[in-house]
Amino acid sequence: MSLDASERHVEPGGRPARVAPAFLPAALAEVASSDAALRRFLHGLPGVDQVGAELRTAALSTRSIKSASKLWAIDAAISMVDLTTLEGADTPGKVRSLCAKARHPDPQDPTVPSVAAVCVYPDLVATAKKELAGSGVAVASVATAFPSGRSSLAVKLADVRDALAAGADEVDMVIDRGAFLQGRFLEVLEEVRAVREACGAARLKVILETGELATYDNVRRASWLAMLGGADFLKTSTGKTSPAATLPVALVMLEAARELTEAGGGPVGVKVAGGIRTTKDAIRYLVLVNETVGDAWLQPQMFRIGASSLLNDLLMQRAKQRNGAYASSDDFSLE
Amino acid sequence: MSEPVGGLFEYAPAPEPRSLVSIRPSYGLFVGGEFVDPVEGGSLKTINPASEEVLAEVATAGPADVDRAVRAARRAYEEVWGPMPGRERAKYLFRVARMIQERARELAVLESLDNGKPIRESRDVDVPLAAAHFFYHAGWADKLSYAGLGPDPRPLGVAGQVIPWNFPLLMAAWKLAPALAAGNTCVLKPAETTPLSALLLAEILRDAELPPGVVNVVTGAGDTGASLVAHPGVDKVAFTGSTEVGREIRRTLAGSGKRLTLELGGKAANVVFDDAPLSQAVEGIVNGIFFNQGHVCCAGSRLLVQESVADAVVDRLKRRMETLRIGDPLDKNTDVGAINSSGQLDKIRELSAAGEAEGAERWAPACRLPERGFWFPPTVFTNVSPSQRIAREEIFGPVLSVITFRTAEEAVAKANNTTYGLSAGVWTEKGSRILWMVHHLRAGVVWANTFNRFDPASPFGGYKESGFGREGGRHGLEAYLDA
Repeated sequence: MSLDASERHVEPGGRPARVAPAFLPAALAEVASSDAALRRFLHGLPGVDQVGAELRTAALSTRSIKSASKLWAIDAAISMVDLTTLEGADTPGKVRSLCAKARHPDPQDPTVPSVAAVCVYPDLVATAKKELAGSGVAVASVATAFPSGRSSLAVKLADVRDALAAGADEVDMVIDRGAFLQGRFLEVLEEVRAVREACGAARLKVILETGELATYDNVRRASWLAMLGGADFLKTSTGKTSPAATLPVALVMLEAARELTEAGGGPVGVKVAGGIRTTKDAIRYLVLVNETVGDAWLQPQMFRIGASSLLNDLLMQRAKQRNGAYASSDDFSLE
Repeated sequence: MSEPVGGLFEYAPAPEPRSLVSIRPSYGLFVGGEFVDPVEGGSLKTINPASEEVLAEVATAGPADVDRAVRAARRAYEEVWGPMPGRERAKYLFRVARMIQERARELAVLESLDNGKPIRESRDVDVPLAAAHFFYHAGWADKLSYAGLGPDPRPLGVAGQVIPWNFPLLMAAWKLAPALAAGNTCVLKPAETTPLSALLLAEILRDAELPPGVVNVVTGAGDTGASLVAHPGVDKVAFTGSTEVGREIRRTLAGSGKRLTLELGGKAANVVFDDAPLSQAVEGIVNGIFFNQGHVCCAGSRLLVQESVADAVVDRLKRRMETLRIGDPLDKNTDVGAINSSGQLDKIRELSAAGEAEGAERWAPACRLPERGFWFPPTVFTNVSPSQRIAREEIFGPVLSVITFRTAEEAVAKANNTTYGLSAGVWTEKGSRILWMVHHLRAGVVWANTFNRFDPASPFGGYKESGFGREGGRHGLEAYLDA
């Protein structure tokens, strides 16, 4: 099932492509028919034991990834990066240089893969789109009043349309955490649905902002809400609050995505974002993916890492693995 | 060495270097603060169960050697350790704890070499817990009057301690630390197949300048242990091992006035209710039975799962088992190591064959086992009925029997329907059910939503044929004090 589905996501050349939305089987679509049905479904999911989930990821963090496997992991991680700049001070110039970096992370070494996508605010999508034309690197835009999501649905949808009109291939929306914590689940779901519809063929990533959801049970419920609403990707965080991505949160989301596949739906990918700065961190996430959901998720169509400074650390570790000596940070461009 | 599940992301070998530890070709007995040759000759070879390579020759202590060790311990008790103020004893124990930490990597490598357990476990569990037991009991040494055992509890004298091969260093720490904190001196008999870490610990004790004779280590097989527990100079016997040997010891000691604690076998039930956090329950089941290749007296070897979730749990369990990495114990990514001895492997094979013959359904993930050494794949039996041997006898290997139940009462009845009573696990999100289960399960340790977690502050021990007495915590001190 997962194989067939992931094939739909791959264009010749293996680059991320515009996709048909993740599939939702009829039985699951029904649980979203009313607020009560949805609540029953979300509260009927098996719980997540906090201690156990954290023990599991702590144990996986002790995996020792060396030599050839490390090289594979570094290249895989580079190809999964959503190279991100989300600052008030962003300018077209900054985005242009980021796009150049995204195409050729290390211009001196053509064997370095390009990243999966560049992630910017909607007003810079056009700039990024122009720079990345023909590169296979997607343009992702945050939208829906990112990062807080505190606007009316009309404003959020306008934000999405704006990004799409400028050429965004992927939309990273935020859920209404306030509504979620209040238990207004159907409202959260309907908002995701509305954005899903507005997205058309663009890939939709739904940011749960897990740092504000407080419990792993909530992360699991929010994951299901997003998937029922039509998410192509579950994304941990905006990167604007702390804690951002953590291994246990990623574990819970990956398991939710796998459960959807087992129920005949999906496929839904997972994007971890915020605070992932070192190769070691990135490899820990890849180990987690490898040992919990496996190969189907070990590709840029199904797993992403939202980051900025991570890319250079990956390049430095890659050079170290290949040449045996550490490069200087000045050997790689800042952006 | 096991077949990769997916294949995209394979892990290159990441072995901890064997050169971290230097193993001498032969070892004497540690008596009176130095390594001495046995009076009565004999030696045995200890091997690496993952390769069958001989690691070292180790002396076997005869009755005369045991006598010498007990006399050394008696002298140290009367002249030095017994009269020493608790705060001074504490200093030695703190020092030993720190030295275990300093030499942690060396101890971990040695333990994995001699025992076959994965380095991940010896490094992250055995060695840190061994240090923790010394730290914890060091803290008690000058506070015994406040342990709730009377105003001035006295040590018993010389403790004869016989330990098993499944956690060689950790069991030595479990036995030595409380005995020493309480003011006793010790003669320790490590298991025949795993003597090396106890001998390295003896070196550490010597380097810590522990007064000579306070701890003596006599290596050898069962007859060495038998002469130790029978020695009239021993005031207290502590044994961890099989129920069969435990019975024999109790027979030997009857009427002798010696104090005795026994920590014996188990056939623990790991009870999973339908409202359990399933992913974590599966982790707990895996940890419960495949931790240390299932060579754990408190292993959760019987999975009792509520019928309504049985298929879901077993499916998830099998999928999880496929990701277990079996092979070189020194590889930092190995999850399941070697079976400790050929004898134990035979026993596991025999009981597993009996399981199949009695009609249970056997399943193990596809995995390629190394050609040399003693190996058994992680195995689960479904369609097990409680009367079958695999549901009743302790296998002491990576073999899980799955039994279903419908109600909490039935779960308790089945969990308690065993001659053992060492540990149990309960998996449910409902707090009141945990408390109800804990109240009704006849087991010394009940873990709730976790399994195989150990702490020096927590007493450990059994009901029924799992033994008596407690080790660890305030309760464990009582076993080494005349209160």
